[in-house]
Amino acid sequence: MQRFSRRDILKGSASLAIGAAVASPALIQSARAWAAQSQWKPEQGAELRLLRWKRFVKSEGTAFQASVDAFTKATGVPVRIDSEGFEDLRPKAAVAANIGSGPDIIWGIHADAHLYPDAMMDVSDVCNYLGGKYGGWYPIAEEYGKRGDKWINVPFTISGNFLNYRISHMNKAGFEKFPDNTDDFLKLMQNLKKNGTPGGFALGNASGDGNAWTHWLLWSHGGKMVDENENVVIDSPETVAALEYARELGKTFIPGAASWLDGHNNKAFLQGAVSVTNNGISIYAAAVREGMTEIANDMDHAFYPVGPAGEPTEFHVMFPMMLYKHTKYPNAAKALTTWLMEKDRYNAFLQGSVGYLSHTMKAFQDHPVWTEDPKRLVYRDTAVRSRSFAHAGKLGYAASSVLADFVVVNMVAEAATGAKTPKEAAADAARRAERYYRV
Amino acid sequence: MASVPREQVSYDTSRRIRLFSNRNFLGFLFMVPAGLILLVFLTYPLGLGIWLGLTDVKVGRPGIFVGLENYEWLFRDHIFWLSVFNTMLYTVVASIVKFAIGLWLAMLLNRHLPFKAFLRAIVLMPFIVPTVLSALAFWWIYDSQDSVISWVLIEMGLIEETIDFLGQPNSARASVIAANIWRGIPFVAITLLAGLQTISPSLYEAAIIDGANEWQRFRSITYPLLTPIIAVVMTFSVLFTFTDFQLIWVMTRGGPINATHLMATLSYQRAIIGGALGEGAAIATAMIPFLLAAILFSYFGLQRRKWQQGGRDD
Repeated sequence: MQRFSRRDILKGSASLAIGAAVASPALIQSARAWAAQSQWKPEQGAELRLLRWKRFVKSEGTAFQASVDAFTKATGVPVRIDSEGFEDLRPKAAVAANIGSGPDIIWGIHADAHLYPDAMMDVSDVCNYLGGKYGGWYPIAEEYGKRGDKWINVPFTISGNFLNYRISHMNKAGFEKFPDNTDDFLKLMQNLKKNGTPGGFALGNASGDGNAWTHWLLWSHGGKMVDENENVVIDSPETVAALEYARELGKTFIPGAASWLDGHNNKAFLQGAVSVTNNGISIYAAAVREGMTEIANDMDHAFYPVGPAGEPTEFHVMFPMMLYKHTKYPNAAKALTTWLMEKDRYNAFLQGSVGYLSHTMKAFQDHPVWTEDPKRLVYRDTAVRSRSFAHAGKLGYAASSVLADFVVVNMVAEAATGAKTPKEAAADAARRAERYYRV
Repeated sequence: MASVPREQVSYDTSRRIRLFSNRNFLGFLFMVPAGLILLVFLTYPLGLGIWLGLTDVKVGRPGIFVGLENYEWLFRDHIFWLSVFNTMLYTVVASIVKFAIGLWLAMLLNRHLPFKAFLRAIVLMPFIVPTVLSALAFWWIYDSQDSVISWVLIEMGLIEETIDFLGQPNSARASVIAANIWRGIPFVAITLLAGLQTISPSLYEAAIIDGANEWQRFRSITYPLLTPIIAVVMTFSVLFTFTDFQLIWVMTRGGPINATHLMATLSYQRAIIGGALGEGAAIATAMIPFLLAAILFSYFGLQRRKWQQGGRDD
């Protein structure tokens, strides 16, 4: 009888895990060629630990793993990849910064590098090299990546959150194409409600979808949390106008949206219970994957309508690579990050992401992933249309805390459900924000 | 090699022997390990939490001592007061209902029933299921579109639209309290059942001979003999309920519009996700007086007989 030792089983399961994502000989060949001419030569005996968020789609994870595997085979640097859910990832990233130990690279979320910039490696050389080679970074990527003149993290990718709608329901509500301004959008929502095919947007403490659409609503009417000098200016006529609009919009929502967290609208849309909501491309991807052709064929995506502010006012989520100063192998960390963003690797990553994640450098605007299925096209412009959540102030502790404490989501929910008048809701949000923005 | 005078050796030895035969010293010595464990794992974290509440420390950034400033802000923060109200409501309502149903169940299970062991095991089910799983199950039960309760009522023709369990502040509060009650009943029921089984049947036989009815037997035998267990069970039940986190976090995240935020969930949201460790610690520290009051109430309110407090009954 064959006996397995614990070591055998560990070895077996490790190779199984990597098995799905092992690099092809051609890929290893190109990694070797790249490593030979790269300006970042990994240190002798270097090894890396990378902590990332749990992947949305398997194909993205596979593409990422294959690239890392090729890097290891070409440079001899072993890379251990761990993954965590968003909620757990952020405290871990903070603890690593606090105690100066932990993963060498964290593929994080939002602008956490700006909470502890001193713990971050200066990656200006990496970002300048990549930006110079691939058509430059979009302004939003620079805003997240830089603190002053220095790049403190690499804005790897940005996840788009746009409007998802049912084409036939929209047509029945009297619209040939999706409204591009807030007045028509309200009319569409009202007509959908009359037709018994309402829309719905998350009003619960939903950190993804809730924050995305409520920030758009606030900004679309010219409201903002702070001005350029970080003075809290949320209690303004523009905000009140936005909240009055929210009150009218809220009346058109399907019952229950006040309790919605991030997953609810996906489910409601796929069941046919709502005909408009905001989301990443995951609803469409699920409809295609699960063979729900009726919904997949009848749905499409749209930009958020432009309001009185007169320009796109959208909020999409950045996923940066944070390279920690505490790493013993800074060159290896920089080499890996750069390799992952070189043309072929990044193309494979975008292809694997099937629209969930978008590029942050201009050269990737023409990637076929955006055009091979026209319903993905809207997500191509994520970086172009996004504002940072700190608008119009700076990314940092106060802006992150206001976002995490759901100040904007609660304000819009209070107005949309009629729990408070727009004026009261705006005044209350101002008081809460001042707590964080005070010096 | 220097030699030690004989007198000194015998003096040292006799002093050591005397020390080790001293009951007080030995008692102290035996308590040292337990004391150290308490100090390192209980006193230090608690003290650190209270200290953090007096600073403005942020995740990833050391803070400075700010005195009671966090508490001053919280005092003016209506969301904090809302969370205090929610926590009190949640604890009081859930604890009373859990006690009432738990006691009733315990008395039922204490009778001679067919399949007694099986029934007792069934009662424990909600307690065995991990909290997060039961919270997820309730999340589905309360879903705004797919609730099984709404579906049954619609199919029966009793209602026309789905019930918005978690979308309205008051119904959301009632829903999360119901979930907590469901989860907490087995603990109360099984512990009280253990207490009931320690009561000697001869007392009931004597009472029956004296002509006592069922209520009199409960009032004069069951209740007084059960109070020590009730005190312990209710203390734990109140503590578990007051500090609940998982049920709320999975089902509502404190929504809608903070209507179900408990002090524990608000503390987590502000400290860990929002990064304001100082303020989060202050909220957590603010829970201590309430918890102390609950403990003192159950110890001095429910254990009124002297022997329960270390004295002798007259």
